[in-house]
Amino acid sequence: MNYFDEDIASLHEKLVHKEITVRQLVEATFEQIEAKDEKINAFVTLNKAAALEKADALDAKGIDEATILAGIPLAIKDNIVTKGLRTTASSHILDNFEPVYNATVMDKLDAKDTITVGKTNLDEFAMGGSTETSYFGVTRNPWQLDKVPGGSSGGSAAAVAAGEVIAALGTDTGGSIRQPAAFNGIFGIKPTYGRVSRWGLMAFGSSLDQIGVLSRSVKDSALVLNAISGQDAHDGTSIDTAVPDFTAALGQSVKGMKIAVPKEYMGEGIDPDIVAAVKAAIATFEKLGATVDEVTLPYTKYAVPAYYIIASSEASSNLQRYDGIRYGFRAKDVHSLDDVYIKSRSEGFGDEVKRRIMLGTFSLSAGYYDAYFKKAAQVRTLIKQDFEKIFETHDLILGPTTPTPAYGIGEKITDPVTMYLNDILTIPANLAGIPAASMPAGFSKAGLPIGVQLMAKTLNETAIFTAADAFEKATTFHKQVPEFKGGQN
Amino acid sequence: MNFETTIGLEVHVELKTKTKMFSPSPVEFGDEPNTNTNVIDFGMPGVLPKVNKQAYRYGIMVASALNATITRDTHFDRKNYFYPDNPKAYQITQFEKPLGTDGWIEIEVDGKKKKIGITELHVEEDAGKNTHSEDGYSYVDLNRQGTPLIEIVSKPDIASPDEAYAYLEKLRQIVQFTGASDVKMEEGSMRVDTNISIRPIGQSDYGVKTELKNLNSFNFVRKGLAYEEKRQARELMAGGVIRQETRRYDDATGQTYLMRVKEGSDDYRYFPEPDIPPFHLDDAWIKEIQASIPEMPEKRRARYVQEFGLPEYDANVLTATKEMSDFFDAAVAQKADPKLISNWLMGEVNAYMNDKKLDLQETKLTPENLATMVKLITDGTISSKIAKKVFKETITNGTEPKEYVEAKGLAQLSDPAKLTPIIDGVLDSNQQSIDDFKNGKDRAIGFLVGQIMKQTKGKADPKVVNQILMTELKKR
Amino acid sequence: MISKAQVSHVAKLARLEFNETELENFTSQLDKIVEFVDQLEAVDTTGVEPTTHISNAINVFREDVPQKEATRTELLKNVPEQADGLIRVPAIIEKEEGE
Repeated sequence: MNYFDEDIASLHEKLVHKEITVRQLVEATFEQIEAKDEKINAFVTLNKAAALEKADALDAKGIDEATILAGIPLAIKDNIVTKGLRTTASSHILDNFEPVYNATVMDKLDAKDTITVGKTNLDEFAMGGSTETSYFGVTRNPWQLDKVPGGSSGGSAAAVAAGEVIAALGTDTGGSIRQPAAFNGIFGIKPTYGRVSRWGLMAFGSSLDQIGVLSRSVKDSALVLNAISGQDAHDGTSIDTAVPDFTAALGQSVKGMKIAVPKEYMGEGIDPDIVAAVKAAIATFEKLGATVDEVTLPYTKYAVPAYYIIASSEASSNLQRYDGIRYGFRAKDVHSLDDVYIKSRSEGFGDEVKRRIMLGTFSLSAGYYDAYFKKAAQVRTLIKQDFEKIFETHDLILGPTTPTPAYGIGEKITDPVTMYLNDILTIPANLAGIPAASMPAGFSKAGLPIGVQLMAKTLNETAIFTAADAFEKATTFHKQVPEFKGGQN
Repeated sequence: MNFETTIGLEVHVELKTKTKMFSPSPVEFGDEPNTNTNVIDFGMPGVLPKVNKQAYRYGIMVASALNATITRDTHFDRKNYFYPDNPKAYQITQFEKPLGTDGWIEIEVDGKKKKIGITELHVEEDAGKNTHSEDGYSYVDLNRQGTPLIEIVSKPDIASPDEAYAYLEKLRQIVQFTGASDVKMEEGSMRVDTNISIRPIGQSDYGVKTELKNLNSFNFVRKGLAYEEKRQARELMAGGVIRQETRRYDDATGQTYLMRVKEGSDDYRYFPEPDIPPFHLDDAWIKEIQASIPEMPEKRRARYVQEFGLPEYDANVLTATKEMSDFFDAAVAQKADPKLISNWLMGEVNAYMNDKKLDLQETKLTPENLATMVKLITDGTISSKIAKKVFKETITNGTEPKEYVEAKGLAQLSDPAKLTPIIDGVLDSNQQSIDDFKNGKDRAIGFLVGQIMKQTKGKADPKVVNQILMTELKKR
Repeated sequence: MISKAQVSHVAKLARLEFNETELENFTSQLDKIVEFVDQLEAVDTTGVEPTTHISNAINVFREDVPQKEATRTELLKNVPEQADGLIRVPAIIEKEEGE
C-alpha cells in the first residue's frame, strides 16, 4: 500500500471488496509513519494500539459500502481535543493533558468509522507559520528537509505530503491550513467560519479559528469536509444551514465562472516563481472557459496589523485558562498562588505565545482598547466589505497562497514582524470569515511546491471545489511526490 | 459643616434557573463539591458557552419590572481576571451593552416618596467558591461556577442609609414578584455591595467613595452605611481625607474596618465575547416576556383595597411576598370572603409559620382548603371556635375541611325543624325559667340557652337557637 | 515607544514574568510589533461599526434543561493538586473572595 497511488475512494473499494483489511491498512499506515516520521517529525503522539483495536472491530463488523470513510486512517492536528488521547497544542503547558471529551469533529468522524492514527505537530497553540514554535520540535518539509513545512498545521500537511496518511484535519486562524498546504504541494481548505463546529478546538482567535481538511486530492477533502460540517448545538457560532454534498461540486465545468485576481495580491514582495505559477493557473482557467479579471481589494495592506491585534487579543484571553490549576503543567516549587500562575505560565508557554499574549493584553488594556482592538475590528469591517463588493460580480478570487515558497528552518523565526507579513495573502479570508483553499499549482526553480489560493463568498465552498477539481484534472502538480531531500539524516 | 451623603448599591441576584448561565450543568446547592460541573464549568480547552434562554428571559422580566429600557442590540463581553474560582480567567458578562438601562423604583421613607434611578442591569455568570483552610491551602469548588446572576446598579440617588434600606426592600420585593429569584440574603441568592461618599452641601463634585463589603443583611447595610457616614464626617471635620478603600462591617462592634486600599482601578480588559453571537432581539419576543411578568405588589395592593375593600394595612402585609399574595388571590378566587381570608392569613397562618419556622409553601395548607374553611364559617356550618380546630388539622395534615367537619360531626345544628323539638323539651322541663322570663328576668334566657347547648353538645347555632327560643317563649 | 515599564505592567496583567534579558528582548520586539500595527492609524474608520463576530448566527440560546455529561472523577483527572473532590491551590490571601 502506498498513499501516493490511492485516494479515499480507491481505498474504500479495496476495503469493501476485502482486498485489504482495515488492520492491514492501519498497519501499512504505521509502517509509513515509522519509516518517514523520523525525518519529518509530523506527529506529536501516535495512537497505534487504539487504532489497531478499532481496525479489528471494523474488520469484524465489515465495511459499510455506503460509508466511504469507514476504516480510513486520518491524522488530527494536536489542537483538536480527542477523548483519552493526549492533546497538547504542541505546548509544554499541556504536554501531560488527556482530554475527557471529544471535539465535535471527532464525534462526527467516529460516526463514519474513521481511524485516528495520531496527533500532528503544530506551532504552539497554532501561533506561527512554520511549526518552529512547537514544544515538540520543528516538523520538516518532506520536499526539502531543511525547509519549514509551514504552519501552523505543518504536521498535518507534512504527514499528507509524505504519504503517511491520505488526509488530515487542520485548523486555520490566519492561513494555518492553506499556507502549509502550499508549502507541501497538497490541497487544503478552510471552510466558511461557522461551517464546522469549533467545540473541542483549543481556541486561539475565536472569531477567526476554523477547522478544515488537508489532502492530496480535492475529492478527498470534499469527502472529509462532508463528514465534519454542520451546525452543532455546542457551538453557537456554527451556522444553521444545510450542508451541501461537496462531492457534487466535482466534475463540473468552470465555463462561465467569473474569477477575480486582486492586484494587491500580485504586487511587490511576491516571489517571481509564484507570480509565474499564478499566471499559469489563470491561463489554465481561461482555457477551461472561465473569465478572469483584475480587481482591487484596497484595504489588503491593513489586514496583517488588524489580524495580529484581533487574534492576539482573543488569544490573550483564551489562553488565560492555562494557569496550572485545573489541568496541564504546574510549575514545581511554588509557594504562593501568584507563583502557580506566573511560574506555570512563564515556564509553560514558549516565546511566540508570550509575544501574542503580550500584544493582545496590551491591545485590550485600559487606555489602548479604542486605538488597538476597536480600531482593528473597524478595519476588519472594511476588509469584509472589500470582499462583499467583489463577490457581487465574481464567483471566486484567485491569487497566490504565500509570497514565497517554503523557507529555511531558522531563517525567519527571529524577526516576528517579517514572519507576520508572510501571512498577508491568507489572513484576509479569516478576517472576512469566507471559505478559502490552496491547491498545488507548480514548483519553484528550487523544486519547492507553490500553492494557488481560491476564495469564495460565505458558504460557497462549492465554487472552490468545482474550480480546484477542474484545475486538478487539467494539471499534474498534485501527482508529484516529495523526495525528502537534504537536511539532517 | 453640613454634609450630604451619596450611596451607590450594586446588587447581585441569583436566578432560579435549572441550569447554569452558559452550561447545562444543574444549578443545585449543598451537593458534594465539583459534582454539578462539566467541561464548560471547568474551563477545559476547546469548550464554548451557550446562553441559557430562561436566564435571559428572567433578565428581561426583572429589567422590565424595574422600568428599565430593554437593549435590543446587544452582546456579551469578557471580563478578564485571574482567580482560582474563575476557571476561564474571564467572566462572561454584559459590559458594553447591558440588557437593561435607565430604570427606576419608587421608595418611601418617613412618608416621603422618592424615585431611585437604576443605571443598568445585566446578566452574567457567578464564580465558584474558594474555601480557605488552616493548612496553607485554599480549596476550589466549581459547583456555583456559572450560576446565572443579574447585577443591578443604582444611580447615585440614594442619600441616606434609610433610603438604601428602603431601596433594597423594594428591590427585593419586585424581583421576588417576578419569580426570577428567591432573593434571600441569608442564602446568598441576593448579595449587596455598597459605596458611600459624603460632600459638603452645595459642593458639585462627589466626595471620595469607600466600598463596604461583608453585608449579610439589609440591617447590616443600613448600620454599616450609617457608621461609615459618621466616620467620614468625623474624618473630614478633623481635617483628614477619605481614601478610596474597601471596608468591612463588623456587626459585633457596629464599626467598619479597612480591608484594602484601592490602588488605581482594576484593568479587566473587557472585549466582546467572540464565542456568543450577538443579539438582535425582536419586539414580539420582548413583549411576550413582558406580558408574562406576574402582577407587581403595587398593583396588587391597589386591587386589594379597591376591589376587596381591604384596609391598606392588610394589603401591605399580604403583598410582603409573592407566595402570600398568590395564596390570597387563589383563595379569594374560590369565592371566599376576602377580609376573612386576609384575617386568617395575617393571624393564624402567620403565627403557624413563625412557630414552625416554615415558608407558606412548606405548610400543608392550600388556598382551596383555606377558602373552603372560610366558607364553612360564613355559611354557618361551623363556628369560629370549631374553625380553629379545623384549621389546625388542615394546615398540619392537609385534610380537606369539609370532609373533616363531616367525619368529626363538627357542623353546627341550625335546622329549625331539628332544633325546635329540643328547645321545646328544655322549656317543658324548666317551667321556673319560663316564669322568671315572664317576670322580666332576662338572665333566664342565658340559662335556657345553656341547657339547649348542653343538649346539642355545643353544636347548636346560637343565632338560630335565640330566634326559636324567643318565639317559643312567647307561645307559653 | 513601548517602555520596559509598560511591558512589565502588561506582563503582570497576563501573569507572565521575564528576566532582565527577556524583558529587553520582549520590549524591543513588542515595540516593533506595536509600531507595525500602528499603521492602522492611517485608516479612516469614522462611523465604521467594529466587526467582532463573523458568523451570520444571531440570538442563539439554549433551553434550560439540565444535563450531566462528565463525572467528577473525569473532570478532576487532570487536576495537578486536589483533595476530597476539591481543587487545591496555595492559600489565597491578597484579595477577598469573589468579584
